[in-house]
Amino acid sequence: MNRLSAFFFQRPKLVTFLLLALPMLYMLVVYLGSLFSLLINSFYYLEEFTGLVVKEFTLSTYAQLLKPTNLGIFRRTAGMAMAVTIMDAVIAFPLAYYIAKFASPRLRTYLYIAVTLPLWSSYLVRVYAWKLILSKEGILSWFVDLFHLNPALDWVLSIPGIGGSSLSLSPLGMFIAFCYIWLPYMIVPIQTALERVPKSLLEASSDLGAKPAQTFRNVILPLAFPGVVAGSIFTFSLTMGDFIVPQSLGTSRFFIGQAVYSHQGTSGNIPLAAAFTMGPVVIMIVYLLIARKLGAFDAL
Amino acid sequence: MPSKSQGDKASLGLTLGAIGTLLFLHVPMWIIFLYSFTTDEATYTFPLPGFTTKWFGEALKRTDLWDALTLSLKVATLSTFAALILGTLAAAAVYRSNFFGRDAVSFLLVLPIALPGIVTGIALRSAIGSLQIPFSFWTIIIGHATFCVVVVYNNVLARFRRMSASQIEASMDLGANSFQTFRYVVLPNIGTALLAGGMLAFALSFDEVIVTTFTAGQQNTLPIWIFSQLVRPRDRPVTNVVATIVILITFLPIFFAQKISAESSDTEGGSK
Amino acid sequence: MTNPAIRFEKVSRHFGEVKAVDAVDLEIGDGEFFSMLGPSGSGKTTCLRMIAGFDRPTSGQIFLYGQEVSSLPPFERDVNTVFQDYALFPHMTIDDNVAYGLMIKGVPKAERTKRVNDMLDLVQLPGFGHRKPSQLSGGQRQRVALARALINHPKVLLLDEPLGALDLKLRQQMQVELKSIQQRVGITFIFVTHDQEEALTMSDRIAVFNQGKIEQIGTPSEVYEKPATSFVAGFVGTSNLISGEVAKRITGSDKTFSIRPEKIYLGPGADKPSENKYSATGTVRDVIYLGLYTRYLVDLEDGGDLVVIEQNLKTTSMDVLKARGQKVCLSWEKDHISRVGG
Repeated sequence: MNRLSAFFFQRPKLVTFLLLALPMLYMLVVYLGSLFSLLINSFYYLEEFTGLVVKEFTLSTYAQLLKPTNLGIFRRTAGMAMAVTIMDAVIAFPLAYYIAKFASPRLRTYLYIAVTLPLWSSYLVRVYAWKLILSKEGILSWFVDLFHLNPALDWVLSIPGIGGSSLSLSPLGMFIAFCYIWLPYMIVPIQTALERVPKSLLEASSDLGAKPAQTFRNVILPLAFPGVVAGSIFTFSLTMGDFIVPQSLGTSRFFIGQAVYSHQGTSGNIPLAAAFTMGPVVIMIVYLLIARKLGAFDAL
Repeated sequence: MPSKSQGDKASLGLTLGAIGTLLFLHVPMWIIFLYSFTTDEATYTFPLPGFTTKWFGEALKRTDLWDALTLSLKVATLSTFAALILGTLAAAAVYRSNFFGRDAVSFLLVLPIALPGIVTGIALRSAIGSLQIPFSFWTIIIGHATFCVVVVYNNVLARFRRMSASQIEASMDLGANSFQTFRYVVLPNIGTALLAGGMLAFALSFDEVIVTTFTAGQQNTLPIWIFSQLVRPRDRPVTNVVATIVILITFLPIFFAQKISAESSDTEGGSK
Repeated sequence: MTNPAIRFEKVSRHFGEVKAVDAVDLEIGDGEFFSMLGPSGSGKTTCLRMIAGFDRPTSGQIFLYGQEVSSLPPFERDVNTVFQDYALFPHMTIDDNVAYGLMIKGVPKAERTKRVNDMLDLVQLPGFGHRKPSQLSGGQRQRVALARALINHPKVLLLDEPLGALDLKLRQQMQVELKSIQQRVGITFIFVTHDQEEALTMSDRIAVFNQGKIEQIGTPSEVYEKPATSFVAGFVGTSNLISGEVAKRITGSDKTFSIRPEKIYLGPGADKPSENKYSATGTVRDVIYLGLYTRYLVDLEDGGDLVVIEQNLKTTSMDVLKARGQKVCLSWEKDHISRVGG
């Protein structure tokens, strides 16, 4: 044993290599390998007649993305991602601000747990919760009934692009569910960014004559912005790739996730599914680069 | 814009907004608890027509649920095991030396979690498919391991960095070779980090649905079961019960993992 | 010397371009309390680590009681170390910490327990066995580290700046204790420090390191009274170096010499030339009263300046401050100077 240990002791580089070998082999082969295979696949195409994937380089699969229906899918998904991001930023802000500026250290710990607690319960179950709440006979309907808001609800549901056959099967429903699920991811970075704003800045601002609203707009908001951008990385990326919420609460209009799922399913159109996936990947890379410029990574 | 006060107390508007957000975050979960006791068989009627605990009993009788649960537990256990080994090896290597490409390792390990699940899912599916490997229990685990590794890795690496390196030297100085040093000094030190990371990995794997749908064959993990109910609700009351139970099963490991990590405010024997 | 505990033969340790240790030759005797003194980066710690086995010489050989050890890993050398941060195992009790080396060797439990208790008595921590390191103070942890190392009866004990984190009083107390333990146990101690006072207090011999080389090895009084180089003169105590023309006028030779400030006698005005004394006249530029003694900075008429330290046997602060601007005559015994090279 000692001999073996002495052997390794004299060769630290070898030890590091051996330690890394297994995990790196796994990640490189399994994970990167799969990503690479996906990329390659996006350049193949599916022969319609045979239903087989032809392994020849072509851009025709990507060209299919430019079809109006597919562009619509991208538009829809990106639009939802944007809307969810904005809404979450608005909802998150008061709580984040409160925790950062007004909560005592003890309260802050509890509030932090309270904010991250939902993340600890199953993601799927949290989606399910909204299925319950938004259902026709469910709790939200009951409230709407109570306040005699039925006509208003019907009107909302009739708006194309937002409404649907019922709340639980509509973009509006999806929107609410998305906002709910990703909210903690937005609260935490904003809170972190706000915590870093020294109190003296706010005092200086009011000392120089600014009213609270002006201080908010000119001092707090700009300094909290990187946190908002950091949080938006999560909300945007997670919404872009999700197919659970659209499948559970959506209409027949597809989102990117569903498109990927369906194309690789029965039709076995892996190339198209791959091409679809590249969309979010590219968008996320661009988004990350912009976010980096806007200082989001310092707020993480 | 919420109005602000000058002093240390938040304005009413702000406080209400904060409370509102908190309620928004938590009430939906309470509603699930509530619904697991409803007597309603077919719908999600509110107010609840009656209260009963019989659905819990019903759920216990369902073999398909037990199968799904068992599968989820097995997958989570094996994925955690793989993650523990891979994550610790990687953390040890990164901690030991500043080698060329060290940052790339951390980046690579975090990718599966950073990229949307659907990317990992479809990538794995296309790769496994093109290799003609049948989708099975093992392909699920292969998928889960990719994103579970980083959780263990982060925990263990953080713990390594908090450990004083001189302990390892001291152990060797006192006559212990590398293996003995690992057993008597290193392992006890990272023990709780392994536990915390393992529990987080377990919860992550247990709850995962997106990558699983892509890498499973005919298997049903519990999340896949729930998802199918989400899309085509057939057993609403039982699903409510399952939802409640799943909340508990994923909540508890994460809770304990947090506790363990928090408690090791370190008892460094050597530092001044 | 015959069968030295440690012998370095042209030992070098290079880190790329940097020569942390540069062709060092060294012999440390059996049973010596030997200090390696020098500023940070001088190579003393690297030498210590090479003796322990945590570093390998780039070239040269290291002998432990005649056996060449450079290729042996630390766990195969009969050498133990007291680390700078004590490196106690936080998850083990004091008993287990101290017994660690014995446990690894397979010593049976009964004997381990007895030896641990003896050791804890030696370092004056009886009954502390069941506690954990986090419950101990810095000074107590240091003693545990010492016990843990000594219990293995190593041939040589290495101490890497062990007293650095202790406050002054505790440090002085530990210096005395360490010295007495060493004499009782009889093992060779090799002690690394940057504190020259510490080295002077405890050591049988001192090696003064600078930039990877040893500038002087000698007993404390040799190193202090007769520094061999200007670095040693400056690092150990205050240097007072006089060279060139000024040296010629005072001593008749232009070779650089060093004189310790407490050896200089400060007298008023004119001098009485004497057989075994050198002298020089000058003006007091500055006076600093330090309670126990007073420090004078005197500009010499011949050029240069000298620091003089005098105990305040009779003078008060008022008296000494009057000396500012006064013309004085400095004198010191010829034997007390040290010719310095480099």
